[in-house]
Amino acid sequence: MVEGKNQWKAWIYLLPCLILLLIFTVYPIINTVRMAFLNGYNGMMAVGGEKFSFGVKNFVDVITYKEFLTCLKNTMLLCVITVPVSTLLALLIAVCLNSIKPLNRLLQTIYFIPYVTNSIAIGMVFAAMFNIVGSFFGTPNEIVTTAGIINNIIEAFGGTKVNWINAGSTYAANMTVMVIYIVWNALPFKILILLGGLQSVNKQYYDAAKIDGTSRSRTFWRITVPLLSPMIAYVIITGFIGGFKEYSSIIGIFGETLGPASAPYSLNTMVGYIYRSLSLGNEGKASAAAIILFGIILVVTLIQLYVQKKRVHY
Amino acid sequence: MATRTMKERNMSDIKNSQRIVKIVITTLIYVFLIAVAISVLFPFYWMINSSLKSLGEYRLTVPTFFPKKIIWGNYAEAFNAANLGTLFLNTLFVGLVSTALSLVITVLSAFAFARLEFKGKNALFAALLATMMIPGELFTITNYQTVTHLGWLNSYTVLIIPMLVSVFYIYLLRQNFLQIPNELYLAAKVDGTSDLKYLWKVMIPLALPTLISITILKMMGSWNAYIWPRLVANDGAHSLITNGLRNSFTDTSGDVNYPVQMAAVALVSLPLFLVFIFLRKYIMKGVSRSGIKG
Repeated sequence: MVEGKNQWKAWIYLLPCLILLLIFTVYPIINTVRMAFLNGYNGMMAVGGEKFSFGVKNFVDVITYKEFLTCLKNTMLLCVITVPVSTLLALLIAVCLNSIKPLNRLLQTIYFIPYVTNSIAIGMVFAAMFNIVGSFFGTPNEIVTTAGIINNIIEAFGGTKVNWINAGSTYAANMTVMVIYIVWNALPFKILILLGGLQSVNKQYYDAAKIDGTSRSRTFWRITVPLLSPMIAYVIITGFIGGFKEYSSIIGIFGETLGPASAPYSLNTMVGYIYRSLSLGNEGKASAAAIILFGIILVVTLIQLYVQKKRVHY
Repeated sequence: MATRTMKERNMSDIKNSQRIVKIVITTLIYVFLIAVAISVLFPFYWMINSSLKSLGEYRLTVPTFFPKKIIWGNYAEAFNAANLGTLFLNTLFVGLVSTALSLVITVLSAFAFARLEFKGKNALFAALLATMMIPGELFTITNYQTVTHLGWLNSYTVLIIPMLVSVFYIYLLRQNFLQIPNELYLAAKVDGTSDLKYLWKVMIPLALPTLISITILKMMGSWNAYIWPRLVANDGAHSLITNGLRNSFTDTSGDVNYPVQMAAVALVSLPLFLVFIFLRKYIMKGVSRSGIKG
């Protein structure tokens, strides 16, 4: 069809792309793996002529290091909570939205807005909403000037205010704020995908169910969910991958301390650990952690693909 | 006779109760959906509400849901305190240049993968797609060293060049190019049209919606970039807009001046809203095929 002598042409078209990929994608893969397997690799020392022995010390150091285990726990916990919650909520919203006519387009647009926001910026808004100005749980003569709008709302409904993110706040309170923010942030994409899936479902299935007198919940679990299973699988898999890379939303809420002032780095995640090791000059550890992160993402993806093959069908 | 009317009555009763159930369910659905919409919008309302208050009013124990006195000065203060003017120009420059270069690279590569024949094409394309699985942090560790060695720290180059190639954009555009019938290309070849001219006159116009989606996503990417600029361009002169947000907006006593901070957040969020309002269709279309933020 197209003559072989034109082959060189294709390579010219690809040249800029390939050069950049070689420098900023292919070389980093090789080099990061190399650094991960050089015991205690440190960039500055390497420049100074220091030689490092080959081994798995970085990996051992990383997985036995308490700080990394905290990061791993935080990341896992956030994934395990936010992915199911946001998926179920998005599914419910999409199904409801699909069943109404008036206001449909307006609501659809509103639900998408959080997607086009800056996760640091809106994280700061959430932080302000949960933040207590004044002293709280601190000195005997506490003066709370404003407890933050969320606490105001809780008190309006007769509850007591909670120290969500300030100094002295509990891990559970911190996590709750993170989960709320991450779910709020994750909904738009999931709703968009699931709604798109619902709109392509053949109406005949529902008509048949109606004639048979199938109940609403049965219709939902037996028709809607199976028909949507490819989209549900897709939002779960992207949710998990995104969840394992969670970092900037934590900076948005807590700032660079990655935790309340009384417990800095207590909410750090795996990506946060990688950057912290990098900025401390521990490239070896950072590389090992990045490879562990890649391994986890790979395993999750493979599990999902396997489940998808077995379970996702009409 | 009598049994028949009873039956009819029963039927209409059932119909009536079914109608009532339907109305109740529809109402519940609306209540739920509107409650969700309010929770989605509330942070934005609170951001704007807070950004227009005086610090004293912000700190009231009983919050006000509309500022008693609107303080526009918070915006000017935020703009100056975080040096947002410089950061805005930096972001605009980096965003425009990297989008333009990225589009050229993407178009050329997507064309090669979609229309040209060469040895190892499929293997190369598969290899490119495989790199999408790898978390970006793995590249960042080495790229940070590379740009340090190249002496690129604190420059515009470091913010533009390492991020130029996006395999995902190439994939997206290639799929779009493949939908354009090959007959068009062969006809153009017979007419003696050069590849570049064909690309420019036929393929680019036909793939314009995808190119617009890529442009928007890339620009939004620059606008929202935080981690890489903080790592490699933290001298203030080359920082991007999001980095300015973590500036300390404090008052004279050293406490955080939340109204000013919220004004800065609102200033950063505003352009994103404008883009969303005017280009919603392209963004939602691009996103539904991607799942990649920015």
